Amino acid sequence: MTTKRIIPCLDMTEGKVVKGVQFINFRDAGDPVILAKKYSETGADELVFLDITATIDNRPILLGVVERTAKNVTIPFSVGGGIRTVEDMRQLLRAGADKVSVNTGAVTNPALITECANAFGNQCVVLSLDAKQVAPGKWNAFINDGQKDSGISAVDWAKQATKLGAGEILLTSIDQDGTKKGFNIELTRVVSRNVNVPVIASGGAGKKEDFLDVFTKGEADAALAATLFHFGELSIKELKQYLINQNVLIRKTV
Amino acid sequence: MITIIDYGLGNIGSVANTLTRLGQSFQISSDPATIKSADALILPGVGAAGAGMKNLQERGLVEAIQQYKKPLLGICLGMQLLFEYSEEGNTPCLGILKGMVKKFLVEKKVPQIGWNEVKFVNQKNALFQHISNNSYFYFVNSYYCQSADTSVVAATSEYGETFASVIAFNNIVATQFHPEKSGDVGFRLLQNFIKEYI
Repeated sequence: MTTKRIIPCLDMTEGKVVKGVQFINFRDAGDPVILAKKYSETGADELVFLDITATIDNRPILLGVVERTAKNVTIPFSVGGGIRTVEDMRQLLRAGADKVSVNTGAVTNPALITECANAFGNQCVVLSLDAKQVAPGKWNAFINDGQKDSGISAVDWAKQATKLGAGEILLTSIDQDGTKKGFNIELTRVVSRNVNVPVIASGGAGKKEDFLDVFTKGEADAALAATLFHFGELSIKELKQYLINQNVLIRKTV
Repeated sequence: MITIIDYGLGNIGSVANTLTRLGQSFQISSDPATIKSADALILPGVGAAGAGMKNLQERGLVEAIQQYKKPLLGICLGMQLLFEYSEEGNTPCLGILKGMVKKFLVEKKVPQIGWNEVKFVNQKNALFQHISNNSYFYFVNSYYCQSADTSVVAATSEYGETFASVIAFNNIVATQFHPEKSGDVGFRLLQNFIKEYI
């Protein structure tokens, strides 16, 4: 059986790592390749790079980061941010990314998912879904860096995207993101039960118990965090030992 | 020279980066003559069996690989294509190994994505030197290989079903996981392949 995965996320702008609170306000957190290598060596199961102000001008910088990362880390990593075409994805995979995530690009053009899955395999295509609560027990998918309500139910979009060819879902709770109050357990569980692909929970990690909750009650296959790891508030080693003690199936590393 | 087969599918860069880290010289080629004369071959692959076989056929590589007698390492899709047939797209494959490729049916979440235990059939196999039994390697696959000959299965893993995660047969080594993405243990396995086979 596969283990639950711990995934640090590196939000980047212009080749440097930053992290926001509920998608607004940034604090600088370092060189992405150095951080990636550090995580690769200290127990991370995978990495996610997110180019949060992705523009065509910045694409070469991102590709440079991807190439250097691929040469320096020995674990899988995925890249996302501003992916609109199959060619965008091809460039990133060629530069060394293992998976590419699509968000707004897929909502506005769902055929993009199928085109990418056909070209590269569904395991390379991650649906990045930013979900915000719009009513009790109901979340919508938000696009454009979490600014705009697409009007589509997050659960319905997750289901549709996997039918179109997404091999994995990166599910971010906009409400929880940056708050450190825990992952959105209800949202994660509902999405996980409604799709037949792995789900990575994201948004709200504040302490090690949050990871236990999202793996058990939230039924997530993987969990992502950023500030918690970047600022050394919780080490992956300590987190993994805790989860192992709680009988969660975890890849023991350092 | 070790030659990585480029058939238009998958993560040649990752394999290349790892060979570089191993200090191993190599070339990348899609030319049948170059492939026939290679000292060792690596058949990587990420994607679907149908596209994989089509791409090999278009490049005239099918016979070159089938008749190759020196060390050959198949990774992920590369492993699956070595068998006779894949349920993925109902695709006839290279037929170098006897058996077929089937879809995971028991586990709900498919593809399998992540780290899974690899259980050696024989700990003393030279491929597994300095690697503990039940180490975790990284898998990304919806289909798995079912070998008709169990004696070629060097290691197994579980994902609802028990499946072959490493094959070792004559000149052929094949892994369902990605050693080039499996941290230290993956690095060591590739090192062992190079040391013991080439």
